Amino acid sequence: MNKVVANAEVAIEGLQDNMTLMLGGFGLCGIPENSIQAILKSGKKGFTCISNNAGVDDFGLGLLLKTRQIKKMISSYVGENAEFERQLLAGELEVELIPQGTLAERIRAGGAGIPAFYTPAGVGTEVARGKEIREFNGKLYLLEEWLRADFAFVKAWRGDTAGNLIYRGTARNFNPMMATAATITVAEVEELVPAGTLDPNQIHTPGIYVKRIFQGQHYEKRIEQRTVRKAKA
Amino acid sequence: MLDKNGIAKRIARELKDGYYVNLGIGIPTLVANYIPEGMDVVLQSENGLLGIGPFPIEEEVDADLINAGKQTITMIPGSSLFSSADSFAMIRGGHVDLTILGAMEVSEHGDIANWKIPGKMVKGMGGAMDLVASAKNIIVAMQHCSKDGKSKLLKECTLPLTGIRCVKKIVSDLAVLDVLPEGGFKLLERAPGVSVDYIRSVTEGKLIVEGEIPEIVLE
Repeated sequence: MNKVVANAEVAIEGLQDNMTLMLGGFGLCGIPENSIQAILKSGKKGFTCISNNAGVDDFGLGLLLKTRQIKKMISSYVGENAEFERQLLAGELEVELIPQGTLAERIRAGGAGIPAFYTPAGVGTEVARGKEIREFNGKLYLLEEWLRADFAFVKAWRGDTAGNLIYRGTARNFNPMMATAATITVAEVEELVPAGTLDPNQIHTPGIYVKRIFQGQHYEKRIEQRTVRKAKA
Repeated sequence: MLDKNGIAKRIARELKDGYYVNLGIGIPTLVANYIPEGMDVVLQSENGLLGIGPFPIEEEVDADLINAGKQTITMIPGSSLFSSADSFAMIRGGHVDLTILGAMEVSEHGDIANWKIPGKMVKGMGGAMDLVASAKNIIVAMQHCSKDGKSKLLKECTLPLTGIRCVKKIVSDLAVLDVLPEGGFKLLERAPGVSVDYIRSVTEGKLIVEGEIPEIVLE
């Protein structure tokens, strides 16, 4: 089964205004750089974006915030972006903040066909407002519902023509769950290889979840906090 | 008074051989610098790594290897990598032995507030709510008072909560305190040169003092 498309522009075919999108990454680590550029160029807007973070002012999802293509962000932490702050305070952007583990599990549940689950995160806080609370073994838990999307844009290190994906380092983060939870999952990879090249034992995301895959170009892989120690002489 | 490194050093004494530990951003991150020689402690990074190593040397910098604070890091021998869902499964599932995090306020019941100041910028809770709701043991690293001298160890938190009845121990710049299950801050140690009376004067919540309170000893 060949999932390969020529490039990011082809990969986003069918993208419409007001769709819900999932975008992988933690900070700028493991974000789908090529797909974000293609969404930017498409000019489509009104998106609800599910992503752990919102990029920085001039990179990642920050690019789509600047062009006002995003109507709503669903994230766990959005603290690295001044344009985001401006739009939020001006009431131009809707934001739903979700505990990070709950966000990850809601996406996982969406892909796994589990419409809701109970979690302890947020009990006794404003996150619990309006949610069903239930006691199990003397401890309180919140009912949280699955998340699903029209498109998921994920980034992997290596992928094959059948859509199987392998991530690298902490660039894995939200990508594997998001790959499972959308109608159309688009994977971009640093290295696209023929099916049969990757060791089946090492696959992180099986190709069944991936609709379209393409060889990404010109990865910047920007580092937010470059921290180094001195090499011993 | 303890400085940030002093707080981190004192917290490091709470580590035990074989612990898996999650360190929050800020002072908690510094605890990694004071893990006793020869002690086997594995650090968990919520973005999908067990076995955080030191910061890389220039040649080792890898954009695909960062910690929860988005800093470049390395891995130690025996590290493992996983998704965010797996990361929080090990957190919620109670597999992480100790969580160390910062706080803006803690109540005498162990409630914690550390993610939002209404009217100011809201950055989000990140993984803090999941961590405090599930950790078996939570130590808070914090300043005892705000910059304008107000106590941050309160009867009730005033800021939006991150979690309830979860903090077990506090190491502040002034003292080490246990948060008792029945409520109250039990004073265990005081920072060098800081009197019990002074600690009492800057602790709004119920302070419990029994017997002589020793000074914190940092090697």
